Amino acid sequence: MENLKLELKKNIIEVLNLEDISLEDFGDKDSLLGDGIGLDSIDALELIVMLDKDYGIRLSDPKEGKKIFENVEVMAAYIAEHRTK
Amino acid sequence: MSEKLYIQKYCSIKNKEVYVGGKLMFSSETSIAKDFFKSVYQFLDIKYSKFFKMDNLSKLAFLSAEFLLDKNVSEEKNTAIILSNNASSLDTDRKYQDSINDSENYYPSPAVFVYTLPNIGIGEISIRHQLKSENGFFVFENYNANFHYNYENSLLQNNKCDSVLAGWVNIDKDSYEAFLYLVSERGEIEHTEENLKQLYNL
Repeated sequence: MENLKLELKKNIIEVLNLEDISLEDFGDKDSLLGDGIGLDSIDALELIVMLDKDYGIRLSDPKEGKKIFENVEVMAAYIAEHRTK
Repeated sequence: MSEKLYIQKYCSIKNKEVYVGGKLMFSSETSIAKDFFKSVYQFLDIKYSKFFKMDNLSKLAFLSAEFLLDKNVSEEKNTAIILSNNASSLDTDRKYQDSINDSENYYPSPAVFVYTLPNIGIGEISIRHQLKSENGFFVFENYNANFHYNYENSLLQNNKCDSVLAGWVNIDKDSYEAFLYLVSERGEIEHTEENLKQLYNL
């Protein structure tokens, strides 16, 4: 799980061009949307694409993302349970 | 609005250099547009994390505006934005096309898609400086001083705004060129078609 969380943080920083956020500053429980890491609605859509592309998880309802993208810890747990690749 | 209008400030970004008011403000060795824009951003010493999410056209427009607009001056809130270029958003359109070319690997990027219009750069400047003003983005073969002069003049003489941020913002791959200026009642260089041509060709 720790490896997955680290991989997720690296992917999120790269995919969303978060050049001003370092891995050291990126806590497992930091809120991804809104305050915290500060992702916006377009970033959330990009994360939905990332879930599909990297882990074979297709979200049928984009609203699901709000719960899944709460923080890296929640996201990693969801991926570990639902990944198909 | 008085009859005489002036080019209050102007800025040029091209060939790894930034000129403001004709004076060299910054230069870099990198020939990669993305890296050059990052170095200009760092030179400006601003904290604006959204910058890194922008496409290169928006970054170029955003950085040019940073040299001309003082975000703390309230009188600039009614600043119209009139920009033009040659390549429209082609640079980003290509990137988006690349993400949907392969039906076996079809992952269209929402973050790239939102920049597949040239006027998004105007939106980024407007968000940064809280502008809710007249704006337009036009595509020409070359910088059209006659069109710009008439459009900017019309906006100001008809009291549609207090100043106009205008000019040319073009990028295709690593070839970029920005010439932006602020037109208002203040300044020393008269706002004329000839002066616009002359400053563009500096």
